[in-house]
Amino acid sequence: MSHAAPPAHYTSMGLDSRKMGFWAFIGSECLLFGSLISTYLVYQGRSVAGPTPSQILNIPVTSISTFDLLMSSLWMVLALAAVQRGDMKWAKIWLLGVAIGGTIFLGFQFYEFSSFVREGLTMQANLFGCTFFILTGTHGAHVTVGVLWMLTLWVRALQGKLGPQHAMTVEIAGLYWHFVDVVWIVIFTLVYLLHK
Amino acid sequence: MPDSHAVDQPHPVEHPHPTAGTYIRVAIILTVLTVLEVGVFYVPAFHPVLVPVLLTLSAIKFAIVVMFYMHLKMDNKFFTLLFGGPLLLAGAVMLGLMFLFGVLTLGR
Repeated sequence: MSHAAPPAHYTSMGLDSRKMGFWAFIGSECLLFGSLISTYLVYQGRSVAGPTPSQILNIPVTSISTFDLLMSSLWMVLALAAVQRGDMKWAKIWLLGVAIGGTIFLGFQFYEFSSFVREGLTMQANLFGCTFFILTGTHGAHVTVGVLWMLTLWVRALQGKLGPQHAMTVEIAGLYWHFVDVVWIVIFTLVYLLHK
Repeated sequence: MPDSHAVDQPHPVEHPHPTAGTYIRVAIILTVLTVLEVGVFYVPAFHPVLVPVLLTLSAIKFAIVVMFYMHLKMDNKFFTLLFGGPLLLAGAVMLGLMFLFGVLTLGR
């Protein structure tokens, strides 16, 4: 049996206050990632010691993890659509898919980080290492939070505590997940494909 | 005495979301754009225009996800303002820092 959804509070504009608050949070996240990406770009090509991006970045592997994250965004909207129409069987499948997709992305990142460290790129090695690990690590931390959030929703769905009346809860989780995806779209281009 | 709160209570404004078919078409477009990005990166003929091409493809992907998956195309424009304002500010700060540190220059 599905539990009752918490009462929705609407602003004077008729907007869901939780959704509006979350969009404001995403706006603040734009500034956080804007500052980290700026720092990376400002120090790009100024390392006095290697390894440099062109020596170490693995574009094929990162392309696969980028595709994985893009697909997880598709699964997220399909999960939301399933919750909205009350199809909880498919909602559970898609929510678990998003969590697995995020975990695969984190696995790729762990592989990348560990191989970089083996090749001598650490946070202390040079400016590239410092700014790269801070930027992609912060993004990875966001993906980790997203995976835990999706697993929480999945468990609630398994317990019968998630239903169509909780569609806004899933939509807000989706906004977070898609934001993490669009940040990666920017990072993939600026850090991986346009490296110096 | 009438309940003024009941009279003033705003009506929720909900906009219909895209269908699953639209979401899948968007995913196909995003996949094609990602393949193009990686393809352009590996084709030497594109290297003189690599920066504008990749930035354009990335901006298109960004806009598509935000418009369709985050529903800004259908939702209330105030959400676009809440997101677009800080996004523009972040972009301005980024450009400012890049000019300040000499990554970007005007003229010579």
